[in-house]
Amino acid sequence: MIRIENLYKKFGSNEVLTGLNLEIQTGGVLAILGPNGSGKTTLIKSILGMVIPDRGELYINGKPIRGKSEYRRDINYLPQIANFPENLRVQELFHMIKDLRQKSGSEEELISLFRLEPFLDKKLGTLSGGTKQKVNLVLAFMFNSPLLVLDEPTTGLDPASLIRLKKLIAIEKKKGTTVLITSHIMQFVEETADEIIYLLEGRIYFKGSVSELQKATGQTDFEHAIAAITTERENA
Amino acid sequence: MLKILKYSFYDLMRSRWSYVYFVFYLVLGFVLLFLNNDISKAIITLMNVIIVLVPLIGTIFGIMYFYNSREFTELLLSQPIRRSSIFLGQYLGVAGSLTMSLILGLGIPFVLYGLFRSGAIWDFSLLLVTGAFLTLIFTALSFNIALSHENRIKGFGYAVLLWLFMAVIYDGLFLLSLIVFEEYPLDIYSLVATMLNPIDLSRILILLKLDISALLGYTGAVFKSFFGTGSGFFISMAMLWLWTGLPIWRMVRKAGKKDF
Repeated sequence: MIRIENLYKKFGSNEVLTGLNLEIQTGGVLAILGPNGSGKTTLIKSILGMVIPDRGELYINGKPIRGKSEYRRDINYLPQIANFPENLRVQELFHMIKDLRQKSGSEEELISLFRLEPFLDKKLGTLSGGTKQKVNLVLAFMFNSPLLVLDEPTTGLDPASLIRLKKLIAIEKKKGTTVLITSHIMQFVEETADEIIYLLEGRIYFKGSVSELQKATGQTDFEHAIAAITTERENA
Repeated sequence: MLKILKYSFYDLMRSRWSYVYFVFYLVLGFVLLFLNNDISKAIITLMNVIIVLVPLIGTIFGIMYFYNSREFTELLLSQPIRRSSIFLGQYLGVAGSLTMSLILGLGIPFVLYGLFRSGAIWDFSLLLVTGAFLTLIFTALSFNIALSHENRIKGFGYAVLLWLFMAVIYDGLFLLSLIVFEEYPLDIYSLVATMLNPIDLSRILILLKLDISALLGYTGAVFKSFFGTGSGFFISMAMLWLWTGLPIWRMVRKAGKKDF
């Protein structure tokens, strides 16, 4: 579904991606992990075309995406920081995105799932961080797209909403959607992800399932296994 | 692009500042007509206000809108919309709403005063056209500055500097150079120097149309003798188009390469 070849990106003198190669198959949940500043968001934004790589090529369904925009019709994206135009009301935002994508969405269910009804007529600038994140989640899940990209989806969510989010991801997985997730909450990753990739210094350091990682590091606990890769690297 | 334009325009129409700007021109129009009691004289006074104020508002508004709508832009970038459409749409939304405030704000008092029955209708139209051009030009320039500077304070500073340079400093330097080099033939030089500043260009354009030789000054006189009123007018218009087109072109190019 996604093929990434030799991707390089630097911001000023900070080299974020240094020759990253990755192939992502259709279907399943892939977690992109790595310490802060390892290039997770840059990788995701490159797939979305928001960051333009210095070198390398990205293919989605076999087609190069450089300079294209139409391929994004098949992608739903949840940005890391939920910021919206402040003057817009929640309902208007949903309408606008549907209008821009020329697609009908299933936002009604999601609105009631996340109990957003009382906020529909409120301006986005007045919402709390958690409520904004819920609006963000509705936007990301309301369209049926083959690729779903979630950048830190758990930020600011209360436990009840977190459970709903996990359910939503499970439903998408059943439908055969390809889901990319970044998160620092290891428990969440362990529960949702089929496969993980670990980014370190702009390259893929590990790719495999959770059990493979545990085997490779000799740790039984997932969180410790992840920590083990990082420290192992630092000691090396 | 039209959809982005629609939403940007709609967003701006709801903001207080569009109304403040509109009401300001409305009041200005009425006050000038009331004080001058004559449409032609009011147009000359208006010209002096418009030529300085419109670029300032275009610059400030443009840069403020760009920085404030960053979230909106990011949201749009993840949608299946071309980058050029996003930025052109937003740009036309800002420039369009500013132009509308200008045209309605000044148009209403003049129409009520009996513009259509007076001979000054073409002069007044030209004034509005130049105002629209200046809005388009300076909004595009401010978008360029905003695209190149991630730091808002810096971007804002450069935008204000740009306006100050074009509206005040440029004329000072120009005048100074005329005095320093007064021994040399300066016709071509002053023509080119005027063309290179859209504010000066607009001023000459309106003065040529109004045909007030007393206000034309040296450059105007050169313009008039060099081109004759007709072709001078067209060349100035062409330059204004160029001044609008180039920043828009660079804006689209720059936006295509930027990381968000």
